[in-house]
Order: sequence, then structure tokens, then C-alpha cells
Amino acid sequence: MNQGLQFDDTGRLRHLLTIEGLSRQTILEILDTAESFISVGEREIKKIPLLRGKTVVNLFFESSTRTRTTFEIAAKRLSADVINLNVGASSASKGETLLDTIRNLEAMHTDLFVVRHAESGAAHLIARHVPAHVRIINAGDGRHAHPTQGLLDMFTIRRHKGAFEKLKIAIVGDIMHSRVARSQIHALKTLGVSELRVVAPKTLLPTAVEKLGVRSCTRMEDGLDGVDVVMMLRLQRERMQGAHIPSEHEYFNLYGLTPAKLALAAKDAIVMHPGPMNRGLEIDSAVADGPQSVILPQVTYGIAVRMAVMALIMGGTPASQDTGTRDSASNTRAPAGRKKRK
Amino acid sequence: MTAAIDVEAALARMVEQLRPALKSKPLMIGIHTGGAWVAEQLRRQLGLQEPLGTLDISFYRDDFTRVGMNPQVRTSHLPVNVEDRHLILVDDVLHTGRTIRAALNEIFDYGRPASVMLACLVERGGRELPIEPQVVGERVKLGKDQHVKLLGPEKLELRIQEANG
Repeated sequence: MNQGLQFDDTGRLRHLLTIEGLSRQTILEILDTAESFISVGEREIKKIPLLRGKTVVNLFFESSTRTRTTFEIAAKRLSADVINLNVGASSASKGETLLDTIRNLEAMHTDLFVVRHAESGAAHLIARHVPAHVRIINAGDGRHAHPTQGLLDMFTIRRHKGAFEKLKIAIVGDIMHSRVARSQIHALKTLGVSELRVVAPKTLLPTAVEKLGVRSCTRMEDGLDGVDVVMMLRLQRERMQGAHIPSEHEYFNLYGLTPAKLALAAKDAIVMHPGPMNRGLEIDSAVADGPQSVILPQVTYGIAVRMAVMALIMGGTPASQDTGTRDSASNTRAPAGRKKRK
Repeated sequence: MTAAIDVEAALARMVEQLRPALKSKPLMIGIHTGGAWVAEQLRRQLGLQEPLGTLDISFYRDDFTRVGMNPQVRTSHLPVNVEDRHLILVDDVLHTGRTIRAALNEIFDYGRPASVMLACLVERGGRELPIEPQVVGERVKLGKDQHVKLLGPEKLELRIQEANG
């Protein structure tokens, strides 16, 4: 997919569609900015005026609670107006196409779309068709990417474990169906971790996963040995067609993170999970609620990271684009839109 | 290069002007970065016991949509509740007044102070908002293309630079 789409002519981040193609410097800039937003959540009045008067539409074609809620809180803390749309339940079921939905919402003067869609590439498609002043954040597209989750995971790791260069990290579980895993792998490789392993049964490992620069392990004993960070994934039963695992019971026995398996990792290793968790399937409650778990802090950090991404892509519209008023922009865009539809 | 400004003398004048305000047990707040340096000097010279508050006004700037995020935002830190407190807001250079407007907005997101007094090391004219300082270290008259820059934090030094120089 075209990663150049994410940047404007001057190389500034314009949309966040995938972590693939982001430089180390850009990722660190997002994490640093998020760090400064953490304090806003700890204040009496948890609101700052950066996006006052901007309209953010959370456009979810696939259900989500945590991601949508944290995007909503993030936008509200930045003083934007937020509209939540669960499209699966409205226009799409009446036959409206994705781009028609977007064009209608654009006509309502939306400044930023946060998009989740079951099809890989949906956010890219939208980004290609919106006018210059509209921004897109990918909140998960099919099996492809979930960049803000990847970034909040990097934020969590940096806060709890420090510099990436020294860390050994294992990503465990349903790598095959996971857009989270793909975003994590791109981020961790760009940030230069010392060692990155993926741990899963062969049926849940994508073919040629090693090409991404990771070591694949099919046994937890090999995968977790001495790691500083264990990143668990949700077993995505809704994306599975056919038998990827023999039985849930057997999966838990072999790959479920129990205190005994966690003991293979470094003593002070942290345990992460993007949620929602399948307790007793990929993770034991004793670990999920245990002292090494940073699963709930991940949710809190997610707000600050999403605030940072919104602030970075919405701020500083270059002067050349700023001079064109919204009305003139929409006049010029209408014919272009029609041409594309032919 | 215009004549340098004597920082020590300017600070001494500020200290004298601030003494009467100490009766109300004020909380001193410096604006990042230069204002915080000046505030720290004043706090020491006035013998204030309470730690300093610091504000980074990046989130409150009125030019955000034009210039974007400052990547070096520091965390604002107010050590105590500002509710009903008398505040001394300190900045290094007072020019357009837009920084002070942003700082006041931020302060009111933490609570409702009893009063806010504005103290600046250098007052250079060119105000674009109805904001006036109560305490001034030095007044200078500068052209639009001249900049005053405070260097620190160990030893504070003021430099006047020509924009195209």
C-alpha cells in the first residue's frame, strides 16, 4: 500500500494510515508529544483548546469499544466536536458505498475521520479521495494495520522498560489475523529492538513472517525465554475460517500465558494485551491481573497517544493550503470526485 | 547590536517591586523556558519557600492551526492548587501579550485564582492585546525586526538581535 499518502509535500505527517514507512524520528516525536499529554489527563479540567472548532467523526464499520472510546475521549480533551457513527448499522446496510458515506460526511465539514473497517486498505482508499484539508486516522483495517495501537504499545514499553535497543520482545498468539501484530512489528523494527520473536502455532503464523525481521517460535519455552516484554494478542475467532487451533482447551495449555510460562521471561518482564482479553484462552487471569501486567495502563496511555497523533496531523496546515477557504476547496473537489467515479 | 541589558540590575528592580506583594503569600509561576529561569531567580532572592509552578503554553497558543505542535512541549507543573491563591506570573520578555493570554487561559483550567499579577524582566512594547505588567525589570524600545533573547539558566544574559543580522 502506498505509504507516501501519509505525508504532505513537505514531509509532514498528514494522515496516519500505517506505521510502515514512518521514520524512527517521527515515531519518537509522537511518543514525546504523547508524554506531554499525559499530564492533561491528571488535571482538574482535563481539556485543552488545541482542536476547538474542529469536527472529528469516528467512523466505525466494525464494532469496537475501547478504541472508539479512547479516540472519543482524546478528541474531546483536545476540545474537538466528536460524532460517533457505527456505519454497519446505518447507511452501509442500505447500500451506500464507502466513498459516498465519506462524501456526505465531508459535506458536513468534517476535519478528521477516524476509520475502522473490516477490509484491509479501507483507510488508504478514503485518504486518496478526501480533499487536502481533511485528515484520516486508521483505527484498524482488516488484517493490515492498527497504527495507534502499535504506537501506544511503544509508549507503554518505553515508559516501563526504557530504551528499545536493549530489549528482547515476544509477540504471542494469533499473529496471522492480527493487524495489531503487524503494526507492532513495524514499530519495533524501526525503533531497533535487540531481538523480536513471534510465538504461535504454525497455523497462526503468516508464511514468510521472518522476512519482517523477526524470529518465529512455535514453542512458548523458546519464545519467552529471557524476554523483557511479552505482548499477547487476542485469538480472533471471528476472523478464523476453518480450524486454526485443535481446541480452545489445548490452545490454552500450549500458548495460554500462565504464571508458570511467564516465569520463563525475565524476572521484571511486563505483560501487555491490546484487549479485549479472552481470559482462560490466551491469558490466565492470574497473569492478566498480576503485578507484571500493564494492560490497564495501556488503555490510559492510549488516550494520550491518540491525542498526540490528532494534534500532530491537525496542526500547522501549511500556509498554501490555509489560504484556500473551505468553500473554494469544496468547489474544486466536486468535479475531481465525479471523474474518479466514472 | 544595541547596548546589552544588565540582568542583575533588572532582577533587583523586580525584587523591590514584588516585596509588598509577599504579604498575600503568593504562588510564583514561570512560563517556559525563560520565564521559569527568571522566576527561579526571583524566588531565591525573595526567599519564597514554596516550589515554583511552571507553565508550557504550547497547548494554548493561538497560532496552532498555522504553525502546528511544538515538538518540545514540556509538561506544565503547578505544585499546589491555584484555587483562591494570589499568583505572580513571570515571563522573560513581554511583547505582543499573546503568550500571557495563553498562560492565563491555562491557569484557569487548573482553578480560579484570587488574583494574578504579571511580572516581566523586559517590557519591549508592541502589545496586540490589552495586557499590562505590574512589575517590570527593564523597559526597552525595539523595532519590529529586533529580538530580545534570554540565555540561561546558569547565568542569565539578555541579547538583542536584529532579525536579518
